[in-house]
Amino acid sequence: MKDFVLMMIGAALVNNVILARFLGLCSFMGVTTRIDTAAGMGLATTFVITVSSMADWAVQHYLLDAYGLGFLRTVTFILVIASAVQFTEMTIKKVSPTLFRMLGIYLPLITTNCAVLGVALLLVEGHMSFIGSTMFAFASSLGYSLVMVIFAGLRERLALARVPRLFAGPPIGFIVASLLAMAFMGFSGISAG
Amino acid sequence: MTSSYKTIVKDGLWDNNGVFSMLLGMCPAMAMTTSATNGFGMGLATAAVMAASSFLVAVFRKRITQEVRIPVYILIVAAMVTLVDLAMNAWMHELYKVLGLFIPLIVSNCLPLARLEAFAAKSPALPSLADGLFMGIGFTIALTAIGAVREILGSGTLFADASLLLGPAFKAIELRILPADMGVLMMILPPGGFLVTGLLVVVKRLLDLRAGKEIQMGGAHSVA
Repeated sequence: MKDFVLMMIGAALVNNVILARFLGLCSFMGVTTRIDTAAGMGLATTFVITVSSMADWAVQHYLLDAYGLGFLRTVTFILVIASAVQFTEMTIKKVSPTLFRMLGIYLPLITTNCAVLGVALLLVEGHMSFIGSTMFAFASSLGYSLVMVIFAGLRERLALARVPRLFAGPPIGFIVASLLAMAFMGFSGISAG
Repeated sequence: MTSSYKTIVKDGLWDNNGVFSMLLGMCPAMAMTTSATNGFGMGLATAAVMAASSFLVAVFRKRITQEVRIPVYILIVAAMVTLVDLAMNAWMHELYKVLGLFIPLIVSNCLPLARLEAFAAKSPALPSLADGLFMGIGFTIALTAIGAVREILGSGTLFADASLLLGPAFKAIELRILPADMGVLMMILPPGGFLVTGLLVVVKRLLDLRAGKEIQMGGAHSVA
């Protein structure tokens, strides 16, 4: 149990998907202008990452490993992810039409969010059990949502600040993200202790 | 016709540079630029994928129907990535080990997909090939630049290990700029990636302003 907790903290904070592994930066820069859209995107991505990791685990073990088709991994995984995104879209439409309208155009983009494929590939390299990999995927995506919301909050304040014209928009965003990454490096002490 | 090729080259290398202007494909641009050599290798792999998939999509553009185009594009890119992945594993194994996870991740890089949608889907095969190739080369230049700045500030070297990763012919470009103990470790670590990329975008805007061009304020996230 203790191992699981440590692994989840490691996946969510120490090796944060966005700030330490540099995955999902397009959505990190693109969808974080308001807190509520960032939170919605985080929620949807969490769902997709967890579902697609479970499906990818099954595909890897019962299809690719079993028949020696390892070289087809990239193609298969992206197909699984695209289906998981479609599934999420249908679920959200049914469960919460409001959230669906809010996320509308962003949902299909989750397919090309490298955090989803990245976490799935990390799991394959980690050789984890089904429970372990699902927990890892869930914790990673929680870390992703956390950073999305924090960064959206920072950018809402930033929108009020008077930034030099050359730095306006993405550049100042990157510099803020750099400071945030530095703050998150403070978590790396946890894993050692 | 020559003038349009000129625009393609200029767009790819500078005006519409994938990283510095459109802010697409940021993940490898920060994760794989701890040294100039890594950035160069990552850029070349991406350029190969982009050129091949742009060409293929342009050839089949009249057969791909509007409704299923995105899945088809992703599958074509995924197939090209698998080819590059296998080829690099076979012939450039050292570089392959360094780039690791980020070779398969070219599939979900938004830059190739954005170019397929914006250019190759409605252009003939040869201009599309050129567009993919020069967008890829522009990407390579951007990654090498970010990598070079981070490597010089972080460890004081430039193109270290180039002979190991790219082949013995590159021995001559391995340089030491600063003494070994002058490096700022933070530049190699994740915060440095964000910082250097942000500052290089500012540098590009500054150069564009000097040249009397309009600066692009946002990225192109609406495209992908």
